[in-house]
Amino acid sequence: MTQNRAAWYFAWALLAPAILYVLVIVAWPLIETFRLSFTDASLRKTTNYVGWRNYLKIFDKDFLEIIIRTFTWTFFSVLLKMVIGTFGAVLLNCAVPGRNLFRLLTMPPWIVPMAIGIFMWGWMYNGQFGMISGLLQRFGLSDGPVVFLAYGTSAYWATIVTDVWIGVPMVTIYFLAAIQSIPRDLYEAAWTDGASRWMRFRRITLPLMMPPMITMSMLSLIATFNSFDIIWILTQGGPSGSTTTMIIDTYQTAIGSKRYGEGAARAVVICIFLSLFCIAYFRMTRKLATAQKA
Amino acid sequence: MARKFFKSSETSIMINRYSWRELIGIYCGIAVFLFFMLAPFIEGFLVSLKPLAQLFSSPYSFWPENGSFEAYRTMWISVPSFGRYIFNSLLISVVSTIIVLILVVPAAYAFARFRFKGMALVLGAFLAVSMFSGAVLLIPLFRLMRTLGLLNTYYAMIVPGAAFLIPSAIWLLRTYMMRIPPELNEAAYMDGASQFYTFRRVILPIARPGIIVVAIMTFIGAYAQQFIFALTFNSKTEYMPLPVGLFAYFGKQEVIWNELMAASFVGIAPAMVIIFFLQRYLVGGLTAGAIKE
Repeated sequence: MTQNRAAWYFAWALLAPAILYVLVIVAWPLIETFRLSFTDASLRKTTNYVGWRNYLKIFDKDFLEIIIRTFTWTFFSVLLKMVIGTFGAVLLNCAVPGRNLFRLLTMPPWIVPMAIGIFMWGWMYNGQFGMISGLLQRFGLSDGPVVFLAYGTSAYWATIVTDVWIGVPMVTIYFLAAIQSIPRDLYEAAWTDGASRWMRFRRITLPLMMPPMITMSMLSLIATFNSFDIIWILTQGGPSGSTTTMIIDTYQTAIGSKRYGEGAARAVVICIFLSLFCIAYFRMTRKLATAQKA
Repeated sequence: MARKFFKSSETSIMINRYSWRELIGIYCGIAVFLFFMLAPFIEGFLVSLKPLAQLFSSPYSFWPENGSFEAYRTMWISVPSFGRYIFNSLLISVVSTIIVLILVVPAAYAFARFRFKGMALVLGAFLAVSMFSGAVLLIPLFRLMRTLGLLNTYYAMIVPGAAFLIPSAIWLLRTYMMRIPPELNEAAYMDGASQFYTFRRVILPIARPGIIVVAIMTFIGAYAQQFIFALTFNSKTEYMPLPVGLFAYFGKQEVIWNELMAASFVGIAPAMVIIFFLQRYLVGGLTAGAIKE
């Protein structure tokens, strides 16, 4: 028993620094955000508790629109990441010469400093002189310059494409690992029975990829919901709010106009959504784990 | 079916044989996929070679005419503190990595080896941290930094940034450490070694490859994601890391695109050097994190 008690102390002593750090830098600010959301905190010296006023104030038509926009933006982005990631993983799994190089070449968008990748997309989207607009004009698909970031719809999709671009490498590598962990004899047995390549993909790869796909789409959903850098660098939420997601909106309110209390209330709404995703994620992984054991 | 007559060793060779049509399809698919992943880099590199006058001319031309590496020289002149930005980025990443390792190595070992009540909950809480982005917590952190007088210092960027690198580092290293056989602990205990001695002299040396992978991943993460805290908590040019510093190329009238792209490529270089030399560790590290126990 003495060994156990010593081990208990030791284990918690090992954990203590990390726990303390996260408590101060993440848990305390989280609680403080909740507290601030009930105050009128701003640059002024004094702050007063104002009850639910911030919440009543932010829940208007604009905010509802922002919430819906955040969800559709996130949905399309995650969907595209999953589709392109699956496409990439299946291709990179093919036993063709050069595949190690190809795998390596998918990684740059992920590993390069995010801001730099976004700057490059900023140039690609440049209407007067950028590559996409230039090629569209060259091939006669467009009469004049296409200023992608100047119009609501195109800016919305442009930010999604950039977000997908940054997210795809991780999804691809993860899916590739998942495909490679599928037992080879399944394929060999199917092959022996004369199953075509497409049949093997549909009946073996896809069903067995489902659990990692669900896990990844949940993780991706949470990351995408939090996406800040891309929109901030490309459009800062514009033009006229068409790329303003909840994160951008919170940043503008809190840091931009220094309305901390109101910003905190907006942040709390984000936290509530994130917690829901979090719970859904943990439930799902547990369900998948028990399903696999059975 | 004729396929039934192959031995299983032959099967795995035959199964991967593609007809030339399939091969073309695969390569076309890979080409499209990689084009999407690399187009911004290709275009960015070509832009860095073009003189500004050619950039701002219609119609669009893909290849640089009389391209040169001139922008790679002038970028240091138009933004003199560019070298400082790279240094700041590296410094922030290195210090963040060290902090993360000091916190994560013991914690990952505890999670991998001990099963005490409450630890699963703590692990869950750690993983949940990665789900809240810094943006949500900015307001209290901003006020905290202001009260402590840490705004416009390196600390303001390092301390919060490191917290968000902890979860994935713990997860990765825990997965690695769980593969170290527990018999080692028992043997050390039999020999009368203390818990700390076992950790320090038995576990740490064995875990070194795993710790290296985690260090690399954390460094890359720290180098890649230093935007929001730097943007919000620091306004001093001398402390700016690369992602924020690059805005210096956004001139009053126009963006000096060729120099911005040249600077981007110079800024990418450290990450690329790491990928190139450590790709063996990297792919292993990335997939180890992906496959759970």
